[in-house]
Amino acid sequence: MLKRHLFILLAGLLCLPAFAQFRVEVSGVGLTQVPIAIAAFRGDDAAPQKIAAIVQADLERSGQFRAVDTSGVAMDENARPEVSTWRQKGADALVTGSISRLADGRYDIRMRLWDVVRGQDLGGQSYAVVTGDLRLVAHRVADYVYEKLTGDKGIFSTRIAYVTKVGPAYNLWVADADGENAQSALNSGEPIISPSWAPNGSQIAYVSFESRKPVIFVHDVATGKRRLVANFKGSNSAPAWSPDGRTLAVTLSRDGGSQLYLLEATGGEPRRLAQSGSIDTEPTFTSDGKSIYFVSDRGGAPQIYRMPASGGSADRVTFTGTYNISPSVSPDGKWLAYISRVSGVFKLHVMDLATGTTNAITDTTADENPSFSPNSRLIIYATHQSGREALMTTTLDGKIKARLAGQGGDIREPDWGPVQK
Amino acid sequence: MNRLIWAAAIAALLSACSSTKLDNVPVEDKSGTSVTQAAVDPNAGTGVGSRNVTGVATGDAGSVAAMMATNRVVYFDYDSYAIRPEFQPVIEAHSKFVKADKSRKVAIEGHTDERGGREYNLALGQKRAEAVRRAMGLLGVAESQIEAVSFGKEKPAVPGSTEAAMEKNRRAEITYR
Repeated sequence: MLKRHLFILLAGLLCLPAFAQFRVEVSGVGLTQVPIAIAAFRGDDAAPQKIAAIVQADLERSGQFRAVDTSGVAMDENARPEVSTWRQKGADALVTGSISRLADGRYDIRMRLWDVVRGQDLGGQSYAVVTGDLRLVAHRVADYVYEKLTGDKGIFSTRIAYVTKVGPAYNLWVADADGENAQSALNSGEPIISPSWAPNGSQIAYVSFESRKPVIFVHDVATGKRRLVANFKGSNSAPAWSPDGRTLAVTLSRDGGSQLYLLEATGGEPRRLAQSGSIDTEPTFTSDGKSIYFVSDRGGAPQIYRMPASGGSADRVTFTGTYNISPSVSPDGKWLAYISRVSGVFKLHVMDLATGTTNAITDTTADENPSFSPNSRLIIYATHQSGREALMTTTLDGKIKARLAGQGGDIREPDWGPVQK
Repeated sequence: MNRLIWAAAIAALLSACSSTKLDNVPVEDKSGTSVTQAAVDPNAGTGVGSRNVTGVATGDAGSVAAMMATNRVVYFDYDSYAIRPEFQPVIEAHSKFVKADKSRKVAIEGHTDERGGREYNLALGQKRAEAVRRAMGLLGVAESQIEAVSFGKEKPAVPGSTEAAMEKNRRAEITYR
């Protein structure tokens, strides 16, 4: 249910305004996009959030939709569209709706989706929410449209975590999947890296240097309460959740060298997962919980390996190049995103795990830290653009990218949260 | 004796070169542990002359603040974790200091240049810190007195992407907590 207003009330350790204003800049052309018209919602003019515009940006960012010009026409959910008119405009689908203020100050949002090729009503939704939840409602509308028309789960109402650095100040943010509506979960004078969402979407594990060494916290985003789960001698880093949320795979140097361990998510004594004389780090579980992908330089250079989640022998996964790091496995288990150094520059790559085929899917040179959307259709990653660290989303073929472009400071370390019930 | 003078001269020279290093160490620490506070006592860190540096190098029991003012940075070549011979005197001086008092704790903080991923650089920085830790261990410093940690690429000594900046960032800093 829509409990985001509770989150907003409770989570603000700092009542900073969300400084990061994001813009979606779509470039590139996908091959099979559904042309969709999203009419202005009746009442949009007077509403604090333009629902239709948010829905349109979400759908365009997915790479699976192309917006058809509506010439600014507003249509509510009760209007029966003239399907031939919309067909002439090239639309296959049409979204209509309205937003109006209720007596108690909340907003009533209603929408309907039309198949204008068949002239069919594909159903609608209605929501009554406080002002702070209007963006969330728009994302839910986009999810509804996306699911009806693609058959896939929509991910627009999920959240992302990322870190900003502005001068000496580091902030861990929780934001909507479009980068908007950012709330600070932690602010620190020392670096924060490697945020990782718990599968239940209510906690984030991360690495903080606030005690002059890297240690791992698990932070409850709703309450702001956090627990120090790994503060062993040496460095503590790279937390990754098991799919059941009970266990963290981490990198510790307490026994010398950077090595992999399993740790209860509540803390306690770590269990060694693997033993090598080389660097082992960046563990990540597959969504079935059976395997862990990780990075090791046991072959002389960093490569990605896979091993059973209970430990055991590892199989090498990447074979091209001499620097392959930061593995992220898609939730459907079909794809591996990672960063590969090619001719001295760092590029996001996607491997089809069934065939081993890999593609570099960016034209940037300092890509970092990919993370899949929960429906396996998009990847969020960090990169450098115009001398700044920025976040991008991309389709797996690299054809549709959107920059979540913030103002001021560097934006990095994205992690895409789960779909929330 | 000659060797000691040479070591002191190099230490003084290098500390002059890297006089801004202390600025990289945050003076305020929110963790507020007593160990950390002792290491960064701002009053104890002033007025250390070259005489004190020499004294420390000969193994006298100097203060933590005096040691923080000596050269305490070991630089590394690209993609390397080998300690270059010119830094051996630095490691020897600090090893002597730590050995002189079993209650002393030393932290070795490894760092990398900005190229590549954050977590992998954290592991590379750890490798550098552990190289220095091992060198101090060979000189007889007890394991219980040393902690090797890494900051990866998160805390460059010098900003920028030039080769000169990156050379200064591939380092291990010897600090007291």
